[in-house]
Amino acid sequence: MRVLASFTSGILFGLGLAVSGLINPAKVLAFLDIAGNWDPSLAFTMAAAVLVTFIGYRLVLRRQRPLLGGMFHLPTATDIDGRLIGGAALFGIGWGLVGFCPGPALAALSTGSAHVLLFVIAMFAGMALARWLDRSAVAASSQANPTGGKA
Amino acid sequence: MQAQGVWVVNMTAEDLMTATAGGALIGLAAVLMMATIGRIAGVSGFASRLFPPYADDQLLVRVAFVAGLIGAPLVFTLLAGRAVPVSLTAGAPLLIVGGLLVGFGAVRGGGCTSGHGVCGMARLSRRSIIATLTFMATAAVTVFVMRHVIGG
Repeated sequence: MRVLASFTSGILFGLGLAVSGLINPAKVLAFLDIAGNWDPSLAFTMAAAVLVTFIGYRLVLRRQRPLLGGMFHLPTATDIDGRLIGGAALFGIGWGLVGFCPGPALAALSTGSAHVLLFVIAMFAGMALARWLDRSAVAASSQANPTGGKA
Repeated sequence: MQAQGVWVVNMTAEDLMTATAGGALIGLAAVLMMATIGRIAGVSGFASRLFPPYADDQLLVRVAFVAGLIGAPLVFTLLAGRAVPVSLTAGAPLLIVGGLLVGFGAVRGGGCTSGHGVCGMARLSRRSIIATLTFMATAAVTVFVMRHVIGG
């Protein structure tokens, strides 16, 4: 059931990307090109997505636990640090260079385009590098601090 | 080319409707994910954890989400009777650099357009609001430089 729910969410998400045009790098770049022939429509996509999620989360999070059991996994981090801002800044540069962020790039794999595949492979390599850096940092800090406190 | 000094907006009423409807679908997907399995629908979080090391036993759940995402355009084509337009003009070097930056930055910054931009904003998370403003700004500056400074 959990797998089916996740699959359904993926389908809905991808349909949203296809219907809105967020899956299309040309449209994304036209949205980001405020000084050019600006297409603001994707701002409405973001606004609608945030509004529906805002209302939906309010209803859902009144429950003690999710419908299919387990617990709610909500991010607990609150620190505004260099990782957050630096990571977001680099992400934005990559997004602006190509017009793909992770969801649309994965969904666009279905077109069978080798260019999309190349972007997705590079994206997974970038993700693996960031995760590897994380693990190295954790390993280094647990060596320096064997009691295992968070650095 | 647009006229100098004139702010050109290029959007039809149909663009506005499909953009809003698509956004609502993305929101529904995020709410469904939270309601059923209690997780943020963050694409970079799901995608990056498709590969080892695994911190939990939710791999199938992640595979299913990504499979749904990849299959969705085919469902769209079946329902709408037309292909999904995807127009990608970047050449190979730009695709590689862009992909690396997007993947690295999303994991480093703890989320992407979906996790921070949709789910985090909807939770009014300060981290997500700051991340979203940051990546929107650097993306817009990047497009400006590529199109109007270098490409001008």
